[in-house]
Amino acid sequence: MKTVHPLPDEASVVPVRQPLITVEKLTVDMPLGRSGSSVRIVDGVDFTIGVGERVALVGESGSGKSLTARALMRLDRLAKLSGRVDFDGTDLLKLSDRDMGKLRGSSIAMVFQDPMSFLDPLMTIGDQVAETLRIRGIGKAEARKRALAVLDELGVDRAAERLDAYPHEFSGGMRQRVVLAMALVGEPRLLIADEPTTALDVRVQDQVLDLLDDVSTRRGLAVLFITHDLGVVAGFAERVMVMYSGRIVEDGEVASVFAKPSHPYTQGLIKAVPRIDQDLNTLYAIPGAPPPPLARPSGCPFHPRCDQRFDRCGVDLPALQPVGMSRVACHLLDGKGA
Amino acid sequence: MLMSIDSISKSYNAFPNPPAKVLHDVTLNVDTGEAIGLVGESGSGKSTIAKCMLALIKPEEGRITYDGIDVIHAKGDDLRRFRREVQMVFQDPYGSLNPRMTVEELIGEGLLIHKLEPTAAARRARVAEMMEMVGLNPNDMDRYTRSFSGGQRQRIAIARALVIRPRILVCDEPVAALDVSVQAQVINLLQDMQKKLNLAIVFVAHDLAVVRHLCEKIVVLHKGKVVEQGSRDEIFGAPKMPYTQSLLAAVPVPDPVVGRARRAARRLETAN
Repeated sequence: MKTVHPLPDEASVVPVRQPLITVEKLTVDMPLGRSGSSVRIVDGVDFTIGVGERVALVGESGSGKSLTARALMRLDRLAKLSGRVDFDGTDLLKLSDRDMGKLRGSSIAMVFQDPMSFLDPLMTIGDQVAETLRIRGIGKAEARKRALAVLDELGVDRAAERLDAYPHEFSGGMRQRVVLAMALVGEPRLLIADEPTTALDVRVQDQVLDLLDDVSTRRGLAVLFITHDLGVVAGFAERVMVMYSGRIVEDGEVASVFAKPSHPYTQGLIKAVPRIDQDLNTLYAIPGAPPPPLARPSGCPFHPRCDQRFDRCGVDLPALQPVGMSRVACHLLDGKGA
Repeated sequence: MLMSIDSISKSYNAFPNPPAKVLHDVTLNVDTGEAIGLVGESGSGKSTIAKCMLALIKPEEGRITYDGIDVIHAKGDDLRRFRREVQMVFQDPYGSLNPRMTVEELIGEGLLIHKLEPTAAARRARVAEMMEMVGLNPNDMDRYTRSFSGGQRQRIAIARALVIRPRILVCDEPVAALDVSVQAQVINLLQDMQKKLNLAIVFVAHDLAVVRHLCEKIVVLHKGKVVEQGSRDEIFGAPKMPYTQSLLAAVPVPDPVVGRARRAARRLETAN
């Protein structure tokens, strides 16, 4: 299959998707050294990802995007989580460690940014891909067969011969395929991809995106794609959620968010990216820098950098509320008089 | 012509393997006041060229000439002048600024080394002027870098490089470590400085959209060789070499309609 996933048509009725994972009021607190105090990195996040849906989570460093995603799999032992993460009817935050372990890899899987540090240099590719299955008690021959099938599916040339090769014998793009194969061999229903293309050159990045495109279409796999690259979001995702300082500030269909961003931060972000297909003019720059989580400003955390702020923005924290088919957290939507 | 690089080649030791040749016969020129972009994928040799331009490493073959100075063999006064007039900004503003130095010490260090301002008061005044110029508050002069954000640190690094009035600024991926919303600030600052100071900028980057924005001349590198070089319009408007074309086709565009159309077209092409 060689298709680029079509853009959902704005005018048509959005297909009703069965929700796969529903996150409610998720907070993540990280301890500060041994002091006993902690800092809230993710500050009340709500969202749903439908079966087979590709959602991009965009934000700058420190916005909490990675910790939000990691919280869905409970990867950070030190993090204190609260809220609800409902996956197929079970609250993941209430599961025992043992049950959560069973879910990882078989229901939700994750790929990370740097494929080299993720792979064991002393273990063959075949063994690493099959490991997920072996842990689940699947026999050696069967696990190897399925590992081969996945590597084949992901376009690794001569996969049968290369099952016994080591990671250093693979190029960056091929390693990322292997990492993807490890995630997909357990046939998860949700794939969390944390900046999977950031360390790659543009041409390889493009191949990996094509791959994700095909796999998710073929398998009906939902993808939560974490990135700071709006170009990647536009080319891949159906929906985009924008995070700023621990909260979602905008969530909507990719086409409508890019065509008509509602939140001033989203507007600025889109204008601040230099584009290869447009006339050159002065690049718009959002003044200032994202606030550190320990020194969040009062009211809307974006207000000190916002060029449309008014009195209320420094006082009240805006809630994420529905606007048409999107959700936006900004006081401008209530009108300045309110 | 301010700096000319004439068919340089460079190898790195890879013992026990034979030396790995990372630059093959590279030739390029830098003119006064022009912004030139070196682009290519990882391993293309772009950072190695930047290091050669700064005389941080020496190529085995070829010549590098800066304003009458033979850079590879320069000594004494010539080398000192070269070191003052060709400055650099690195990728990581967290790793490239000494955490134990105040902003004043960091920015003023070059003035001290090159004995440009004789008194402490004159140095301080010059540092303040420079901070103002790059958009920092001179009142922050006595602070340490830990309290600054990535974008502000990169401003400090730029001020530190520009304070001794260089004629060439070599920047190796200066915005790659910055957040999207801050990256634009630094690109605009570099552009502003180039115009204001008639500064030549050598900009090493993998992000082609950023390079297109900043640079009038572009050199495309692949596996240590110059694949194609030309003006911005030539490279981005009508790239001649297939390698350049494939590089440009893969740049993601932050527009769902255009971005998807570009990807679909490219996939169709590779499938055939």
